[in-house]
Amino acid sequence: MDSVILRTATRFLYPLLILLSLVVLYRGHNLPGGGFIGGLIAASAVMLRALAVGWDEIKASRILKPITLMQYGLIIACLSSLVGLAVNNVLFQAVWLPTWYLPVLGKLKLGTPIVFDIGVYMVVLGFALLCAKSLDSNNNN
Amino acid sequence: MMLPLLLLFLLLGSIVPILLKDKSGFIGRGLVILPALASFVCLIVAGVEVVSSGQSLTWTREWVPTFDLNIGLHLNGLALLMGLLITGIGTLIISYALGYMGGKPGTMRLCSLLYIFMFAMTGIVLSNHLIILFVFWELTSISSYLLIGFDHEKAEARRSALQALTVTGLGGLALLAGFILLNQMTGTWMLSELLTGDYHVADHPLYTGCLVLVLLGAFTKSAQFPFHFWLPNAMAAPTPVSAYLHSATMVKAGVFLMLVMQPVLGGTPEWSYTLMTAGGITMTLALVFGLRQADLKKILAATTLAVLGILTFLIGIDTKYSILAALVFLLGHALYKATLFMTAGAVDHSTGTRDIRLLGQLSKTMPLTTPAAILAAFSMMGLPLFFGFLGKEYAYKSAVGGSWLTIAVLLVGNATMMVLAARAGVIPYFKKSVGELPKNPHEMGLLMTVGPLLLAAIGLLIGCFPGLVSPLISLAYTGIVAGAEPYTLMLWHGVNLPLILSLITFALGFTLMKVLKPAAAGKKVNESTFADTVYERVFKFVLMVARWSTKSLQTGRLRSYVIIIIVSSCTLILWKLVRFGGWPSLEKIGPVNPFIALLLVAMTMATLFAVLSKSRLTAVVSLGVVGYGISMIYAKYSAPDLAITQVLVETLTVVLFAWVVRRLPRYRKLSTGFERFMDTGLALIMGGVMTVLMLKSQGLFLGPRISDKLTQMSYPEGHGANVVNVILVDFRALDTFGEVCVLAIAALGVWALVDKVTTKGK
Repeated sequence: MDSVILRTATRFLYPLLILLSLVVLYRGHNLPGGGFIGGLIAASAVMLRALAVGWDEIKASRILKPITLMQYGLIIACLSSLVGLAVNNVLFQAVWLPTWYLPVLGKLKLGTPIVFDIGVYMVVLGFALLCAKSLDSNNNN
Repeated sequence: MMLPLLLLFLLLGSIVPILLKDKSGFIGRGLVILPALASFVCLIVAGVEVVSSGQSLTWTREWVPTFDLNIGLHLNGLALLMGLLITGIGTLIISYALGYMGGKPGTMRLCSLLYIFMFAMTGIVLSNHLIILFVFWELTSISSYLLIGFDHEKAEARRSALQALTVTGLGGLALLAGFILLNQMTGTWMLSELLTGDYHVADHPLYTGCLVLVLLGAFTKSAQFPFHFWLPNAMAAPTPVSAYLHSATMVKAGVFLMLVMQPVLGGTPEWSYTLMTAGGITMTLALVFGLRQADLKKILAATTLAVLGILTFLIGIDTKYSILAALVFLLGHALYKATLFMTAGAVDHSTGTRDIRLLGQLSKTMPLTTPAAILAAFSMMGLPLFFGFLGKEYAYKSAVGGSWLTIAVLLVGNATMMVLAARAGVIPYFKKSVGELPKNPHEMGLLMTVGPLLLAAIGLLIGCFPGLVSPLISLAYTGIVAGAEPYTLMLWHGVNLPLILSLITFALGFTLMKVLKPAAAGKKVNESTFADTVYERVFKFVLMVARWSTKSLQTGRLRSYVIIIIVSSCTLILWKLVRFGGWPSLEKIGPVNPFIALLLVAMTMATLFAVLSKSRLTAVVSLGVVGYGISMIYAKYSAPDLAITQVLVETLTVVLFAWVVRRLPRYRKLSTGFERFMDTGLALIMGGVMTVLMLKSQGLFLGPRISDKLTQMSYPEGHGANVVNVILVDFRALDTFGEVCVLAIAALGVWALVDKVTTKGK
């Protein structure tokens, strides 16, 4: 599939979609969104790019390595669960930092559930990418 | 603190050999022997305290308090007796194994495995908690599997190892069930409480079940009829292993269990008759088997079986004296049988054969092994001044006053044992040599001779001065038999019936030696038993059933998997529906929303389109329409998270499919019209069942709904307004973590599968 329109559009759409996925990830705690949805949006973005420019460029990327993504995602989720164990002696219990007020973003509330959600986001993204990549490499042979 | 420490030493012992080279020098060998010696010393130190105070030592550490599970160890008289045998003989066996293997590849592996076994076995006798005992029990099964199959290049060794594991493993499972029943009846897991308490379990309805299960465990481990067949086969193991596991320790675990359980489960006719019957039959079968054998190790295995039978028989007689006799017999047997196995191994090593018809005149070439073997054989025959004599004497003492059959069984058993003792421990050293030996006989080194000599000497020493071990036996005896007086072992009891019976035994034994001759040299000896053949048949049958069920269930075709899943889940759901409250009522269905109705029509049409379409892409896109429809329903009923997820998943699925659709083989109809008809029916049934289930769940009230509670808690406790996300990442974070793990594993599966197909295609 080689289309100039798609390629040009993707150049702008891709970063926007990734940003969207991160926003959805962050706001998930209060509004529809979260790690699962964010990860899926990010996966769609990567696949759009793969459709436009091919897999080779994505394979060359250092961040978008599916197995590494899943690996670190699981480690992050696991570590976030241990914080609760360390602080309150209860595994997976949420620990929140005091709320900060930032000039542009407004209220910023950070805690282990968000860290956990980042782990979920990475695993979902890795999962979708690995499936897509496997199917595609099969395709090329 | 001594008890965990000595176990720790043994664990350490299993690690030390791995770190050393097979061909280690003096220091390396010393390091390998040291942990066993250390634990033996620990046990002696602890034992002195136990014997002097008369109180058992205990050590407890919490493990899972909610399940009443703790790591409880205790050291009472019986545990001390067994423990000293295990660690003491174990130390000598380790040294013997080092000499036997002589630095060949695998020397250190053998030592490490022996240590693991020693750890497990010591654990069994020290356990205070029944579950801990079971854990160690299973560990002995596993480590003995590895030890019997040590020469894993040989098919025979592998088969014997698997057989021993299957039999003792099944017995172990039965034992676990038996322990659980015992706990149900008595309310305690602690052996120390079971031994001292008064539970009257014999009247309990669960008693028979518990007895059968516990005895299954003990009988499989101690190779009692009808599970006796694995022990002779286990002789495929290297000789140090046979000397250790199959004479002194592991097979005694079952006897130990029966001794421990006697105060709780014993004292009933069921207990007595089962034990006496099994023990008697085992002894008889073993002796008949033994008389036919020409292989030194097989003869010794047969006599071990016979002794285990006698021990079971004695415990089954279930009087104060019989328990005492069993303890004395057990100690004597461990000493002389380990010696005889070790000397047999030395003979095998030195001459290259274990056939007693070829062996002869070894006394000239093996001046150190010969006396050990002779002394042990005399003890086994039960000659006066040897410890075996005492064992036999007390056995007769416990039988006197009982039925004449009991006396006859013991009499014949002991007399035949004499014949076998002569064949295994005397004849190879003095008989005139018959044929050429494969190797020129020579004496073994210090490592291999010190063990048998020491054990044989101890047998003679405590035979002459039984007062030396009297406190130990007495403590074990008073620990088991409630209200028993401390007992002092004595050599001379005056002229009485047991002594006369002993004299008759000698007369009978020497006569049998003259009458019974071993099979002619060179003739093939049948080494398998009838029970072994039965085991083989059953084993093959089980494999056949497994193969059949795998073939019929795991066809490898997606269609049959789906059919099995649908049929079984539908059956279960329908069964539940019919059993609990019948069909749903249609009264609670509200008015139909026109928007939803329209969506449903569109989705149904899309489904039909997918089914009837002749193109894959059309079918997938149609299914995508169904998915989007579902997400709109979610959106309508205010579940935006679900709706968004559904839309994204549908999109990604269609895109992914579009990717691969070009590479799939051409669209073909693979199923017949009838199959398609059946599939349609199945699909309709599945849909129908789900509909009924949904309707039913509407009309059910199962207590307060958890979702209300979670919604209330979401902001104040979860710091989030989106309850779906708060549930995912906070309230149910553990579930989510499990799910993402599954996701990662599934992705790896896809990757591996597709990758495999790709490489295959190349």
